[in-house]
Amino acid sequence: MTELKLPSIDYAALAPILIMLGAALVGVLIEAFVPRRLRHAVQLGAALLAVLAALYFVVDNAGERQITIGGAIAVDGPTLFLQGAILVLAAMALLLIGERSIERGGAFVAQAAVVAGSEDDRRQAEESGGATEVYPLTTFAIGGMLIFVAANDLLTMFISLEVFSLPLYLLCALARRRRLLSQEAAMKYFLLGAYASAFFLFGVALVYGFTSGIPGRTAGVDFATIHAAVADSPSSPVLLYAGMALLAIGLLFKAAAAPFHVWTPDVYQGAPTPVTAFMAACTKVAAFGALLRVFYVAFSGSAWNFTPVLGTVAILTMLVGAVLAVTQTDIKRLLAYSSIANAGYLLVGVLALNKEGLSGTMFYLVAYGFSVLAAFAVVTLVRDADGEATHLSRWAGLGRRSPFFAALFTFILLAFAGIPLTSGFTSKFAVFGAAIEGGQSWLVIAGVLTSMILAFPYLRVVVMMWLSEPGESTPTVSVPGGLTAAALMIGVLATLVLGVAPGPLLDLANGAAEFVR
Amino acid sequence: MSDFPFLSVLTVAPLVGALVVALLPRSRPQLAKQVAFGWSLAVLVLSVFMWGAFQAGGDRLQFRESYSWIPQWGVNFTFAADGIALVMLMLIAVLVPLVILASWHDAESSKRSVPVYFALLLILESTMIGVFAAADVFLFYVFFEVMLVPMYFLIGSFGGHQRQYAAVKFFLYSLVGGLFMLAAVIGLWVVGGKTFDWQALTQIDMSTGTERWLFLGFFVAFAIKAPFFPFHTWLPDAGGAAPAGAAALLVGVMDKVGTFGILRYCLPLFPEASKWFAPYAIALALIGIIYAALLAVGQNDLKRLVSYTSIAHFGFIGVGIFAFTTQAGTGAVLYMLNHGLATGLLFLVVGMFVARRGSALISDFGGAGKLVPVLAGVFFFAGLASLALPGTAPFISEFLVLIGTYTVNKPVAVIATLGIILAAAYVLWMVQRTTQGTLNPALTQAEGMRRDITLREKVVVAPLIALIVLLGFYPKPVTDVINPAVQATMQDVGKSDPAPTNGGVQEASK
Repeated sequence: MTELKLPSIDYAALAPILIMLGAALVGVLIEAFVPRRLRHAVQLGAALLAVLAALYFVVDNAGERQITIGGAIAVDGPTLFLQGAILVLAAMALLLIGERSIERGGAFVAQAAVVAGSEDDRRQAEESGGATEVYPLTTFAIGGMLIFVAANDLLTMFISLEVFSLPLYLLCALARRRRLLSQEAAMKYFLLGAYASAFFLFGVALVYGFTSGIPGRTAGVDFATIHAAVADSPSSPVLLYAGMALLAIGLLFKAAAAPFHVWTPDVYQGAPTPVTAFMAACTKVAAFGALLRVFYVAFSGSAWNFTPVLGTVAILTMLVGAVLAVTQTDIKRLLAYSSIANAGYLLVGVLALNKEGLSGTMFYLVAYGFSVLAAFAVVTLVRDADGEATHLSRWAGLGRRSPFFAALFTFILLAFAGIPLTSGFTSKFAVFGAAIEGGQSWLVIAGVLTSMILAFPYLRVVVMMWLSEPGESTPTVSVPGGLTAAALMIGVLATLVLGVAPGPLLDLANGAAEFVR
Repeated sequence: MSDFPFLSVLTVAPLVGALVVALLPRSRPQLAKQVAFGWSLAVLVLSVFMWGAFQAGGDRLQFRESYSWIPQWGVNFTFAADGIALVMLMLIAVLVPLVILASWHDAESSKRSVPVYFALLLILESTMIGVFAAADVFLFYVFFEVMLVPMYFLIGSFGGHQRQYAAVKFFLYSLVGGLFMLAAVIGLWVVGGKTFDWQALTQIDMSTGTERWLFLGFFVAFAIKAPFFPFHTWLPDAGGAAPAGAAALLVGVMDKVGTFGILRYCLPLFPEASKWFAPYAIALALIGIIYAALLAVGQNDLKRLVSYTSIAHFGFIGVGIFAFTTQAGTGAVLYMLNHGLATGLLFLVVGMFVARRGSALISDFGGAGKLVPVLAGVFFFAGLASLALPGTAPFISEFLVLIGTYTVNKPVAVIATLGIILAAAYVLWMVQRTTQGTLNPALTQAEGMRRDITLREKVVVAPLIALIVLLGFYPKPVTDVINPAVQATMQDVGKSDPAPTNGGVQEASK
């Protein structure tokens, strides 16, 4: 038996990941050993503490550039920037998830296994506190995302994809109200997600086959090997093209790009709103982090081949998101389509394929994450006796009933519409500027045209809130508990600050915009 | 005094005022009005000082200030004003206090918060000053877009019939134009080597194709804003639905951003493309003059009618700009000022009628002059100023535009002259149907119609009437400021004036 050569492991560089996954395991133990009445507070505290500790190590690792643990994980500028983004946004999402004062017991069901609509179900909806399993699930998901943006080979990427997807499927099914809708959403997400994972895995296999077909080289799925193989690819790289396409499908599914977006509105609508917020902010960051790494590090040599295809996907995504957003009557679905359109704008930044594109996309991810979290935080507040009132007609006259929250939401909507002095404008400017510089003017023109369409649904909500008279059924806005208020204010302030003074974050993104290969 | 940072202070001051007014309790509407009015007067006083400090024969851009904003993108808070901007800034500073005074009771009739209304007016003033004072393309764009938000809420929350529709239409039209401009701004930034500084950008070379595309991006935004035919349909809706004071600012000042933008950005930044597109722009302007005038004749709503007359007037401004002579250009800029005064006055007087009658429909009036003779007289005067009667300020500008155009392009000048005849038709007909003829019996029932012009309203109209008459006889102080700026702009385009054939008018424009 030959001696096994152990890879060198830099534990400090891996610390954020290890902390999050460790915290998830501790969360499972807390679930088993801590008394029920304390669980909520302990779980939330532990999860937040873990996020902050991980964040500390991310900051501590600043400037690190290395590939560790046998080439599986790359710790470089984009990794650290995106890990930091995920952790900050996840902390805000955790605040929303942990909120229990708006609705008795929080937004989550106590026992997911109880048959929806049964007598037991009604009783638990009335009385019990929500399930605390959501915290370990969330921390697992965060840990998976941290690996996802750092993965340096396709297999690690695939495994981390599953690590963060599976908890999300479960979280989607845990809504306290409208449980059938929630379960349906989880089912859809799971089935389609499983397909997407299968596509991804098949893509990995084909790319492996491609690299092994090059004489004189060792086969492999780490990005350096793929990059080298693409550079001197043989005559007919069919395997490369097919593999690249299948990988892209898997990633674009997570990023909610058309035509792989169909799950988004249903899942966003059915999932408990804090989970929707978590997905909209953090999954986006993770998915685009992986997309950036795959296309900038592994396949950059093949840019001529994938740019037209991905460009078409980007235009389709922007168009589908914008046009369908116009017809929506439910605020959560509207935000879902808006998130699809934003995936399109992000793809424009990705396709710039230059340093500005990388930093612009990363900046966009952070800016959008803050805004979308704040938007969903407001959605959790607008409610009546049956829970959240998400139908748009119910929002009529909200500005008169609750001017403060309506004003905050209006500000977020103006940010989504890309009005200057909001982060929505600066982030669009960042990606569009990069794309023009990268010679992708056609994408920018499509982006501008769809922005016009997309402005209409946002404006319609503003009209609803301010210019319509409040009706009988206009719900009141609950006074937010401290946690939601904190998340909301952080989101709104970030949207304002990144719109007025984006300089520091741009510096950070520019400084981080270099992959290690 | 010339070192004083006039432009940034003027931009920020109304914003601070808006904040103060907005924070006043809803229960103190009177205080909110007084604070807003006082604040806008302070801005006016400061602007007068600025006018005094401006050196007519000095640098093209004066009062330059620059502060770093987003160094990563080369964005600066750069403010600077040329003669054109200075004149527009004065117009804003004069109009806003009058509008606030004229809107004294406007916001009370709706159930909305009074402090918010006046805070919005002050925010609007701040953004409008910013858009004219900016000398950084990015900063200009920011103000250009942000300006929409307060106006949107002014129309949407405090407007009349169909206000929601009008507000959304206004916002979307402007936003569409703005987004085209955004694409062009980004393109210009990349072509120009990542700078937004206006002066630096005038120096760059670019290929003809790029220049034309970028010109189009800017021009579409400005043509929607101005508005030129065929991008004009939002204005009658917005003007018709907006409260009279906001409408006066909308048409009197905000729309001038379009023509100002063409003069400041399209011509100097894209001179070749400007020349190439000039025939098309002139054609649009001519169609606008005739078409909007014809539509104005047929209107039965006073506010919509005045909006249509404005579209016709913007046609004149467009012709004046794209004729590329100093005379026509000076005329166009003077037109921007005079139109702001005359149409502002007309809108405010219409607002006074509407406030009394509760309706803007001409058919609801008739013989109103018998009940409110003085107000009807002011209305008649505003109408005459609007049709550019000799002796009123708009006459000078219209004449300069026509004569400056005639020297280079006779057919255009001749067609544009038809607009004057139509202007007489729509104004005189409007005045006749509203204030003259047999008294509409329903009018006597209206409570407000028994009260002629009040002292507050006199204070509103008097300065405007005085300015219109004064500038009608003695425009020199203004033309002195405008002329060098226009000449510099025409030099950017590379057009020299044809040999003067009519010394007298040349004299008048000097």
